[in-house]
Amino acid sequence: MREKLESLKREAEEKIRAASDPEGLKELRVKYLGKKGEITSVLRGMKDLSPEERPVVGALANEVRNRLEEWIRAKESELEEARLQARLKRETVDVTLPGQPRPLGGVHPLNAVIEQIEDIFVGMGFEVAEGPEVETDYYNFEALNLPKDHPARDMQDSFYITPELLLRTQTSPVQVRSMQSKEGKVPVKIICPGKVYRRDDDDATHSHQFTQVEGLVVDRGIAMSELHGTLLAFAEQMFGEKLESRLRPSYFPFTEPSVEMDISCVQCGGSGCRMCKYSGWIEILGAGMVHPRVLERGGYDSERYTGFAFGMGPERIALLKYGIDDIRQFYTNDLRFLRQFQSV
Amino acid sequence: MLVSYQWLNQYVDLNGVTPEKLAEELTRGGIEVDVIHPLDQGVENVVTGVVKKVEPHPGADRLRVCTVDAGKEEPLNIVCGAPNVAEGQTVAVALPGARLPGGVKIKKTKLRGVPSEGMICSAQELGMPEKLLPKEQQEGILVLPAETGVGEDAKAVLGLEDVVLELDLTPNRSDCLSMWGVAYEVAALLDREVHLPVTEERMPVGKTKPVDVVLDAEEDCPFYATQVVEGIRLGESPRWMQNRLLAAGIRPINNVVDITNYVMLEYGQPLHAFDYDQVEDGEIVVRRGGTGETVTTLDGVTRACDDRTLLITDGTKPIGIAGVMGGENSEVKEGTTTVLIESAYFAPESIRRTARRLGLRSEASTRFEKGVDPERVIPALTRAVELMVQLAGGKVASPVTAERMGEIEDVIVELRHNRLTGVLGVQVEEKAVLDVFRRLRFPTEVNDGVYRVQVPSRRPDISIEVDLIEEVARLYGYDRIPTTLPWGQQSPGALTPEQRLRRVIRHSLRDAGFHEVINYSLTSPDRLRELEPVLYKEARPIRISMPMSDERKVLRTSLVPQLLETAEYNVHRREEGVSVFELARVFVTEEKKLTRQPEERWALAGLVTGATSPHWQKRNGAPDFFTVKGMLEWLFERLGVNGISFEAAQPEGYHPGRTARIKQDGRVIGVLGQVHPKTASAHDLDDTYVFELDLEPVTEAALNRVIRYETLPKHPDTTRDLALVVDEGIPVGELEKTIHSAGGELLQSVSLFDVFTGEQIGEGKKSVAFSLRYQAGDRTLTDEEVAEVHQNVIQRLEEKHGAVLRK
Ligand SMILES: [Zn+2]
Repeated sequence: MREKLESLKREAEEKIRAASDPEGLKELRVKYLGKKGEITSVLRGMKDLSPEERPVVGALANEVRNRLEEWIRAKESELEEARLQARLKRETVDVTLPGQPRPLGGVHPLNAVIEQIEDIFVGMGFEVAEGPEVETDYYNFEALNLPKDHPARDMQDSFYITPELLLRTQTSPVQVRSMQSKEGKVPVKIICPGKVYRRDDDDATHSHQFTQVEGLVVDRGIAMSELHGTLLAFAEQMFGEKLESRLRPSYFPFTEPSVEMDISCVQCGGSGCRMCKYSGWIEILGAGMVHPRVLERGGYDSERYTGFAFGMGPERIALLKYGIDDIRQFYTNDLRFLRQFQSV
Repeated sequence: MLVSYQWLNQYVDLNGVTPEKLAEELTRGGIEVDVIHPLDQGVENVVTGVVKKVEPHPGADRLRVCTVDAGKEEPLNIVCGAPNVAEGQTVAVALPGARLPGGVKIKKTKLRGVPSEGMICSAQELGMPEKLLPKEQQEGILVLPAETGVGEDAKAVLGLEDVVLELDLTPNRSDCLSMWGVAYEVAALLDREVHLPVTEERMPVGKTKPVDVVLDAEEDCPFYATQVVEGIRLGESPRWMQNRLLAAGIRPINNVVDITNYVMLEYGQPLHAFDYDQVEDGEIVVRRGGTGETVTTLDGVTRACDDRTLLITDGTKPIGIAGVMGGENSEVKEGTTTVLIESAYFAPESIRRTARRLGLRSEASTRFEKGVDPERVIPALTRAVELMVQLAGGKVASPVTAERMGEIEDVIVELRHNRLTGVLGVQVEEKAVLDVFRRLRFPTEVNDGVYRVQVPSRRPDISIEVDLIEEVARLYGYDRIPTTLPWGQQSPGALTPEQRLRRVIRHSLRDAGFHEVINYSLTSPDRLRELEPVLYKEARPIRISMPMSDERKVLRTSLVPQLLETAEYNVHRREEGVSVFELARVFVTEEKKLTRQPEERWALAGLVTGATSPHWQKRNGAPDFFTVKGMLEWLFERLGVNGISFEAAQPEGYHPGRTARIKQDGRVIGVLGQVHPKTASAHDLDDTYVFELDLEPVTEAALNRVIRYETLPKHPDTTRDLALVVDEGIPVGELEKTIHSAGGELLQSVSLFDVFTGEQIGEGKKSVAFSLRYQAGDRTLTDEEVAEVHQNVIQRLEEKHGAVLRK
């Protein structure tokens, strides 16, 4: 019996070593170690042995069983590992192939610019106000010191709907509306972004519809130096660098003194280039101290309060920031154009 | 306003101030110089000469061979093609080696075999503005006055050694519509003296042609002055005057008209000359027109008056429209020997209204509209009369006859020093302020920190304190105003919740792969009609009263129609897939004729067409109804908007089987659907899905959502699947509603996981499978409890929808 066990052990060792897949190995386990397996059948013959031999053979049989068990387990993990390796090999991909694209959208560059303007002014304590796009002649013109026969009305031919209603030509009507809704409380610190409309033929530099951002600050003791400081702080955040600025006198019926603000050219830094027409300066907005008559119309005593107002064009800022050369691009909605601002 | 540098130099010494520097100073002072035009565009070696002989060219019918004395030792032989060349003319000759504008070089050459030693120039060839030249000069050579010398530099003779500054005047600075005004401004900016010509020379005044002036419309014309000059010899005005007119952009006509224009440029006071012989009885009556009355103006057009048209009449007939254009019947023309010169102050509103109504804008009306200086009415008249005597051989035939209502009052404006420094935010010294007023030539006194400033009538833009603050600021220098930040009571800045939400929506759609677009608010009614409205069905698109084009006629009531255009545009540019959205206002009114502001409602619309993103692994399927519906549901969930349902709808322009009204708690808030294939193909689009939402209820629901912590469930849930066969036409949404109501509190969620039709189900039937999750917050549900509720669900489905349970 001893020989039989030994030869069983040898035979099994060989077969286990030769096993090439887990299924074969499973069969071997059943064949040798199963309830009806060969070791069991050898053990079954134990009853014919002498009582002295029994424990010896029993121990041997146990040892063989343990060895076989051990070999099978070792082989199992070997085969498992081989299978895993094969799988990993099989699963190898060309990592340079393109990834599954996620559709990428984008906000419109004009709105992206407006959001940046809003964020900068909100950071400086401004609220964002809104007003109607179909405006009354009163708020659009008269309340802003532009009576019906005022020559400055020529500057902006308008889309009238009725003699009293028109598409607003500027976001400035929100000035008086905001003051009125504040009912005399200070400080008034608002900006108002929005669409405006003028009777212009659409070309590279004109659009019958465009956007503006109006701003208004009213409080006690507001001076022009604060207008200058606030707008320079804005420009530096907008264009992300240290800038020079200058004020030039200008004219708006609803502010006085009125100014236009230039900043050092964001492209050449002031040395002169095509963008700044070799002047080193770029005009970015119009502004001024709120005209006393406008303050009064808004319900503020112009002796006690002063204020400044400004207006800027997001189109112009986007043109400057991104080097866009045709204002119509903003309204054509060509995806090839819009995609260029996906990451804004 | 076009300003000649040389002319200005006569009034203000510009020594050391180049045109560029002058432009810079003006611009920094608030008068923007748009362009600097050098009149000399590189002309060199062009001299005056006299045509001695003109002979035919042996080889060409249209060419002539001229002998020209240009002051050289030998006369020059020049071949000339101009039809107007004639013997005895004084002309401009480009000598061999001469340069003309545009880099043209003149050489000795042969033209059809005949040698030509230079060129006789046209005005255009010398760079003079074509549109201002008389017709014969546009077509032929420039003929100079006979008294011009020979061999002189043509540039000097033609005033080309000058530079013109083009001023872009703001409406308040009408004072700079005259050379005098510009001179005052420049003198103030540079702090230099002003030297204006004075007309104090006493001319002999005759009384042979008296005039009577009657003002019948004082409000429109409070001041009218006139004087008559006789013995006029009509002809060309002198070259120097023509040169100045040309530099100012005004076409020379004849000496009388040129003088009126010249004086207008000097003083800013428009003048008009009438042929005195056409003025009956020497009477001028200024009155308003009558309806039905007509005037034929100088340009030969007969114009209808209304009762607010201000007319100049001779008591019998109109002879001109005041301030706008003279009448043809009284025009100064060949044969005129006596002229009546008008110098007046017309009310700006009156002129503005008439000029606008007639569509006639002239140099004169522009000035009257802005208000001329009443103090210059008489001086300008006197100046013109003087020039007519000097340059047109006239004799004064009447005294100045003036009618004037009211007196011109001195304008005194006070300025408080502390107000000035308060508004500017800079400590200006009193001395500096006084210096500004001295430079402006505003007589000023100061007392106790208050300046009393006498504002001359030439500056009608200054009438209140802040006007003076501006004057001080701009002359003191804006660059001396420091930069500070507002101090005092601070305010927390913020977007409103609505504004923030609109951003979240836009950013969410961006992240879902949509591109944001901006279309015009104005569109065409036809475009709006392409898709039947689901929202604002009663809205009437608002019409613009004078649209610029058919495409931009009405305010949009929906954003979707233009998205179709956007998609079409991009598909035509080879875009495979288009996913776009717009968030904007639509304009809603039910009024036929607008009497009040319409409602402006925020709307959100989107469009999806074509494959979204093709990939090498598999082509992404084109989107379908459920792609877009899923995106919307995702958005609603993102915003926390509940109670949304979709209900089949068949609006026109949409696919009748793939369109839904979107409802929120029973109220229609939007539409989602496939664009009807016919409509889509009209735009060259394949399957196209669109949606539009009224943002107001969405915003309201989103802002009212309550976010409150709930303890996590402690007891396990139980899931039961449910497969039913129902009639194909029953919407799954209805089944879900029934399940929810039958499932009661214990039913936590229902999810559909299978829908199919097929033979094994039967004709006209479909199989629908749901997974139902039951759970209670306070206990673990027993099998019996779940079975009871689930059975109830099944029973209700059977009763209500005839559903049959699939086993
Ligand atoms: Zn530059």
